[in-house]
Amino acid sequence: MNIYISVFAMALTTYLIRMLPLTLFQKKIKNWFLRSFLTYVPCACLTAMTFPSILYSTNSLISGLIGFLVAIIISLCGKSLVMVAACSCAAVFLTEQILCFF
Amino acid sequence: MEYKIGVWDGIPVGIGYFSVSFGFGALAASHGISAWDAAVISFSNLTSAGQFAGLTAITAGASLWELILTQLVINSRYALMSLSLGQKMGSRIGTLPRLIIAFFNTDEIFALAMARQKPLTVPYLLGLGLTPMIGWTGGTLAGALASSALPLMIRTALGIALYGMFIAIVIPQARAQRSILAVTLISLVLSCLFYWIPVLNGISSSLSVIFCTVISAAIGALLFPIDDEENIQEALA
Repeated sequence: MNIYISVFAMALTTYLIRMLPLTLFQKKIKNWFLRSFLTYVPCACLTAMTFPSILYSTNSLISGLIGFLVAIIISLCGKSLVMVAACSCAAVFLTEQILCFF
Repeated sequence: MEYKIGVWDGIPVGIGYFSVSFGFGALAASHGISAWDAAVISFSNLTSAGQFAGLTAITAGASLWELILTQLVINSRYALMSLSLGQKMGSRIGTLPRLIIAFFNTDEIFALAMARQKPLTVPYLLGLGLTPMIGWTGGTLAGALASSALPLMIRTALGIALYGMFIAIVIPQARAQRSILAVTLISLVLSCLFYWIPVLNGISSSLSVIFCTVISAAIGALLFPIDDEENIQEALA
């Protein structure tokens, strides 16, 4: 099968999933349950995507755990997105360098 | 002005995307897909998990329907996100801009848009999508062309960047709002169950993300209903 047909099918499916809810529901939803539900979707979704996958995103569980903890601590300090991400990366890098000695 | 702020806010995502899609490009190249084709996949799909699964399906010679079904399952969370984002946009943003913005509604851009304190505007949202788009496509191209250019140590360290960003988005909100903290913790526990408990962990990771999101957001909505505009703004602030 031609790869471009496959790619087009994938792209179209993904686009429709994103586009239909965004264009079909333009009015404010009145139902209190649905509104509350949608308010909680971002945090619920981001959390589920992050943990525990973050622990397995690096070469070892230890560096993943340290990257995770560093990200939490830095965000609790009120730092920006970039700062948190950078510190987390640096922590993983350093941990893995240290782990090399063992 | 709004466009510039959007571009600026999107830069960390663009950088994060570059490192993640570098891996995708390298993987595509190892499956014998040309660098150009890999870049076309990234440019037209702009989705991480869906592309990785799609690549596997394509190289395994899956049928078109199988491919579409995979995308539907893996990417169905975007439907929830689009619905949620649409509510935040309000009636000020019309159909045409929505058709374009829908294309950029990835996990990270969605998260940034929802975390924005001010009302969303079209230039801001378009600006937000610019560097992630370039980063995602450029990273794929770079990864396919030179997968061994970056030392492995640096590549794995960059792999955690997007997760770090997610944490930076959730923590301040959970700290400010008890209801958000509760939803976050419920989602965290559920996610662990889906990952580590036998039988449950047989469910694909993308489906389990949907289950965790729907269950914990529903429990949150029942326990901490938000009935007026002010509370919603407060909860999102």
